Amino acid sequence: MTDLTARDTLFSGAGSSRAKRRNRKQVILQGLGLAAISFAALMLFILIASLIVTGHKAFVQTHVTIEVHVDPEAIPVEGLPRGGFRDVLLASLQKQFPEVSGRSELRSLQNILSNGAQFQLRDMIEANPALIGRTVTLKVPVSDPFDQLAKGLVKRETPEAQRRVNDREIAWFDALDAAGMISKPINWGLITNADSRFPELAGLKGALVGSFWALLVCFLISFPLGIGAAIYLEEFAPKNRLSDLIEVNINNLAAVPSVVFGLLALAVFIGWFGMPRSAPIVGGMTLALMTMPTIIIATRAALKAVPPSIREAALGVGASRHQVVFGHVLPLAMPGILTGTIIGLAQALGETAPLLLIGMNAFITSAPSSPFDSATALPTQIFIWADSPERGFVSRTSAAILVLLTFLVTMNAIAIYLRSRFERKW
Amino acid sequence: MTFSRLSTSVLAIVALSAGAAAARDAIRIVGSSTVFPYTQAVAEQFSNATGAPSPIVESTGTGGGMKIFCAGVGENHPDITGASRAMTASEYELCTANGVTDVTEAMIGYDGLSIAISRKSDADWDLTLEQVFLALAAEVPTEGGWVANPYRKWSDIDPSLPDVAILAYGPPPTSGTRDAFVELAMHPGCQARPAMKALKEADGDAYKAAVKENCSRMRQDGPFVEAGENDNLIVQRLNADPNAMGIFGYSFLYENLDALKAVRINGVEPSAETIGDFSYPISRPLYFYVKNAHRGVIPNLQEFIEEYMSDDAMAPDGYLAERGMVVLPDDIRARTQNAVIAGETMGPKS
Repeated sequence: MTDLTARDTLFSGAGSSRAKRRNRKQVILQGLGLAAISFAALMLFILIASLIVTGHKAFVQTHVTIEVHVDPEAIPVEGLPRGGFRDVLLASLQKQFPEVSGRSELRSLQNILSNGAQFQLRDMIEANPALIGRTVTLKVPVSDPFDQLAKGLVKRETPEAQRRVNDREIAWFDALDAAGMISKPINWGLITNADSRFPELAGLKGALVGSFWALLVCFLISFPLGIGAAIYLEEFAPKNRLSDLIEVNINNLAAVPSVVFGLLALAVFIGWFGMPRSAPIVGGMTLALMTMPTIIIATRAALKAVPPSIREAALGVGASRHQVVFGHVLPLAMPGILTGTIIGLAQALGETAPLLLIGMNAFITSAPSSPFDSATALPTQIFIWADSPERGFVSRTSAAILVLLTFLVTMNAIAIYLRSRFERKW
Repeated sequence: MTFSRLSTSVLAIVALSAGAAAARDAIRIVGSSTVFPYTQAVAEQFSNATGAPSPIVESTGTGGGMKIFCAGVGENHPDITGASRAMTASEYELCTANGVTDVTEAMIGYDGLSIAISRKSDADWDLTLEQVFLALAAEVPTEGGWVANPYRKWSDIDPSLPDVAILAYGPPPTSGTRDAFVELAMHPGCQARPAMKALKEADGDAYKAAVKENCSRMRQDGPFVEAGENDNLIVQRLNADPNAMGIFGYSFLYENLDALKAVRINGVEPSAETIGDFSYPISRPLYFYVKNAHRGVIPNLQEFIEEYMSDDAMAPDGYLAERGMVVLPDDIRARTQNAVIAGETMGPKS
């Protein structure tokens, strides 16, 4: 009878409206969750889409192919690497436009070619002086205003006074285009060139190499130190107030804003130790300070996840604590440690603020050959380009962000792969 | 054991890098973000043409650059700093206190500060410096003393101006551009007010103090927005809001003439000619400073300075002009070139 009453209340008026309310709350909660996820996905989509829309144009670069007669009078063999390379290029271009004359007109004709064209010719002839006196086919980038024109970023309908290329220059460019001399190949220079003030020549090589050195230094310092600290704290340290204090501090350290580490590095590494400004070694040491807490926390979690039975079994057959840790626990924890390390390094790769403070946002037209040479890093290179007045840097900034994102996604993908492939469930 | 081995290796890395710091073969340059593009151009040209290691150019702002530059003499300190205003007396003292006594000052050209607005704005903008001051100052002088800036719309200042809210993006106080704007636009605009003229008659000292204090303060109640050192960001904001103005170096306007137009000041549009002959009122000289003690010590420094001072770079058809710098008149240029190449020591600043 009591049962029946209970069921009655459950399905009659009051009970069923309570159930409805609960169901409604459930639906609302699910809806909110779904809305939050779709909002995040939408924002991510907008971000990536806007980067691709502005950035994809930087992945091609307008080139002009010209036949250059290497005049032995302008470029004598004994004078290399000096010589009138610019004049030779202009003379070849002038052949296309015999009607052009006068200093200022020739100057603006010359401006179709990138400033780097003369150095490209010089390097080619320096490598092979036998080319002097012959006619070579050269494919050189056009300068940025014409690149923008070819990509439709400089609009022809804009009044002449308001664009960087005037009607005459557009006519020249169109004539070159009609003669089939203009092409738009993939812009490998974006990866293989170092920075330049000319957008058409600027590339990420210096930043990529700089980031590589900085990450290498960061890894070499933070990985052994982080694992060492974690092993000590997890396996050997006595549990007392002191080790608690250390643990709390490590967790706090992981939450310190990165700019603070930059200030610290500026004062200590550069101020006291007199280490060079803008060097990847200093950048790497700074990033190591940031990455170390992440690695310690990840390593401790991975060590904790190894079941005590493994340790006990090893100790039981007579292994020393040292042998237990290095022979059994650490290898089993390694996938977790590596995952944490890669995620920590990926964070370090995208870190900008501390690098700005130690001067890794300098303009350098060559890639560093060691961690002691001055260099930029990927995020600081993006920072520099974002602040450059030339139009061509707008799309290049987006392209550089896409390159950085590619590296970050790859590193995270490796971390996920390692975790799923090697992690053992107990 | 692992610990001690690791710490030894870290120490070894530190020691190694300290050794590397002692052998610098590249020129180091810091300083103003306005001079940065020009120094960049010279640096790239220089290393391309000579094959010397590329100079390291860092954009730190004028004030920040002076601080690093004046920190001392030696390979750990930069050789050159760029400045969008002359070195101040206190900076000179800092330099002297740290042993940086033999410095050459090089004026390289002029830069106009443009006030720009999107081309989408229908109005034809032409302002006087007084109107600019009234729009952007924190306080304005009246007969009864200083009052908080009451103007919210351009038409409040002058009924002939468009009926739109005042909104201008400009540089932060750390920037040399801001110093120059205050000095070249705000001060004259302030001094043109009748109340200030009356004060000048009545009490010269109070007048000077008022120019230094009250006339220099930009408003903080919304219509003037400090936009950071990134001028491209300002350009993007102007594109988004047709009624917003931006204050930045002329080279940014020059690169974006298809999207932006200049606000004429006293009827004069900024251009290479009007900035060079000072008929456009907000123009300023640009400088760099060299430590003479580093010449002959840091490889290639002298050659680099010669490249900077060459006609290829500084002449009216040179590559700096191509990048938007307004060149010096011929006679001043010739004098500067000789003095800087010879390494003339700059006297104390007052």
